[in-house]
Amino acid sequence: MPKKRIVLRNCDTIDPRQIATYVERDGFKALKKVLDEKAPELIIEAIKASGLRGRGGAGFPTGLKWELARKSAGDEKYIICNADEGEVGTFKDRYILEKDPFTLIEAMAIGGYAVGAKKGYIYLRAEYHYLLDTLTNAIGQATENKLLNHFDIEIREGAGAYVCGEESALMESIEGKRGEARYRPPFPPTKGLWEKPTIINNVETLMNIPPIILNGAQWFSQMGTERSKGTKVFSVSGDVGRPGVYELVLGSKLRELVEDLAQAKKIKMVQIGGATGRILPYDMIDTPLSFETVLGAGAVTVFDESRDIIDIVYRTMEFLAEESCGKCVPCRQGTEAMVEIMRSFSRGEGQKKDIRLLEELSSAMALSSMCGLGQAAPTAVVDTLKYFKDAYENRISKN
Amino acid sequence: MGKTERKTTLRSKDEKSLIVALKEAQNKLGYVPQELMVELAQRNGLSLSEIYGVATFYSFISTKPAGRNVIKICKSVPCYLKNCETIIKSVEQETGIKPGQTTTEDGRFTLQLVNCIGACDKAPAMMINNDVHVDLTPSKISQILNGYK
Repeated sequence: MPKKRIVLRNCDTIDPRQIATYVERDGFKALKKVLDEKAPELIIEAIKASGLRGRGGAGFPTGLKWELARKSAGDEKYIICNADEGEVGTFKDRYILEKDPFTLIEAMAIGGYAVGAKKGYIYLRAEYHYLLDTLTNAIGQATENKLLNHFDIEIREGAGAYVCGEESALMESIEGKRGEARYRPPFPPTKGLWEKPTIINNVETLMNIPPIILNGAQWFSQMGTERSKGTKVFSVSGDVGRPGVYELVLGSKLRELVEDLAQAKKIKMVQIGGATGRILPYDMIDTPLSFETVLGAGAVTVFDESRDIIDIVYRTMEFLAEESCGKCVPCRQGTEAMVEIMRSFSRGEGQKKDIRLLEELSSAMALSSMCGLGQAAPTAVVDTLKYFKDAYENRISKN
Repeated sequence: MGKTERKTTLRSKDEKSLIVALKEAQNKLGYVPQELMVELAQRNGLSLSEIYGVATFYSFISTKPAGRNVIKICKSVPCYLKNCETIIKSVEQETGIKPGQTTTEDGRFTLQLVNCIGACDKAPAMMINNDVHVDLTPSKISQILNGYK
């Protein structure tokens, strides 16, 4: 399936510091359209009909999220753009924010109007402080041009915590607290930021909104697979000739992305979705990239034949143990226990029973962790045990 | 002041967020001194331990004084695949400090190893203060560090 630029359509075409260059390319036309039509329900209907799903990894239907927030009682509502891109191997949102901040602002203003929110927040990860100026400038220009009359956007910078990309932890952080996951329900569209109805969308999800409004839901839903519509932006890194950001129609094959575009050779395995993402061996390289199969937030890390699988999984678990917020036991203790076991395998001191222990621990963590971090933390272990069991067995102590 | 009431104070969206206040201090002083935490606790009607809990949760906020320039080398998998180990070694040699340490005689550098900074397409990468340095090789390190006094 082909490359297609919807999310990245303006990147390297407009000047991210000049709103006029965005307006020239139909910028703010979608916002004008929805404000003229005065029918917020129709916006939500269009987004629902388009089949757009969240691009941050979870894939929740965007239109449904908006509808829930719109129907929630109360005058005070919020829209949050999750720009806390912290997943290992992900840098697509950095690329988008750097090159086309205006589409994001327009999308947030549309979302705000659709659900009845007058205030929006962009939660920008601390590591992306250097993008703050571009974003502030873009918001300033949109305000000067009287494009944000109904809506106010504030940027909140993170302070360095992977878990804050998780929506409930992110809201805790905006409220000035430790970024720990919340118990759910209630979900954000009912009780989110400051316990008010809130929609929280990933940068890339929002980037799709203005094109859908302008071109129609059907235009969008024609692209992709049955349950994955539109395109996805991938961040490709690791053992590839051409690392970078690529946008493909959903359902495209992994091979097209990593071999044809990113020029990977002698692939051993690919991790899709970062530290908590799925790991596929090379013989599954023709897997389509979609919500039905593998996707995550679109981080694609390629490992060639020279790489030691145990070493990679060990490092991945170390990362997750460091970044676990520590609130719930299965994640806090489970990731630590996995680090210890993986360490012993990496030293060639694994025990036969450790494999069963890893499997049991994995299912306990997946079942009982409070948020996506802990639930998905065992993925690298589960997948490598499934596809590369030899790698573990070869490291079992002979003594 | 009751416990519920105290929680509400922290939840007030009209006040400057606690994290914003902590980050301001971090940017100005390089760390958050205990006196400030005490002051923030009193001002917000919170216990000191709650403030301390927030301050220590985030990796960009430090409760200990740091060097004038904080070097953060990415050690996550994509940078690891591109030999970040050699970059770490090179920075250690240039500065004479190990991760977690600060140059003692001049307080010029603090060295930290951090998780993914979102520059995997140009790995290995590091940040010094708010600047990102990418496509690193050991031979580039000396010149880059010279730019930070």
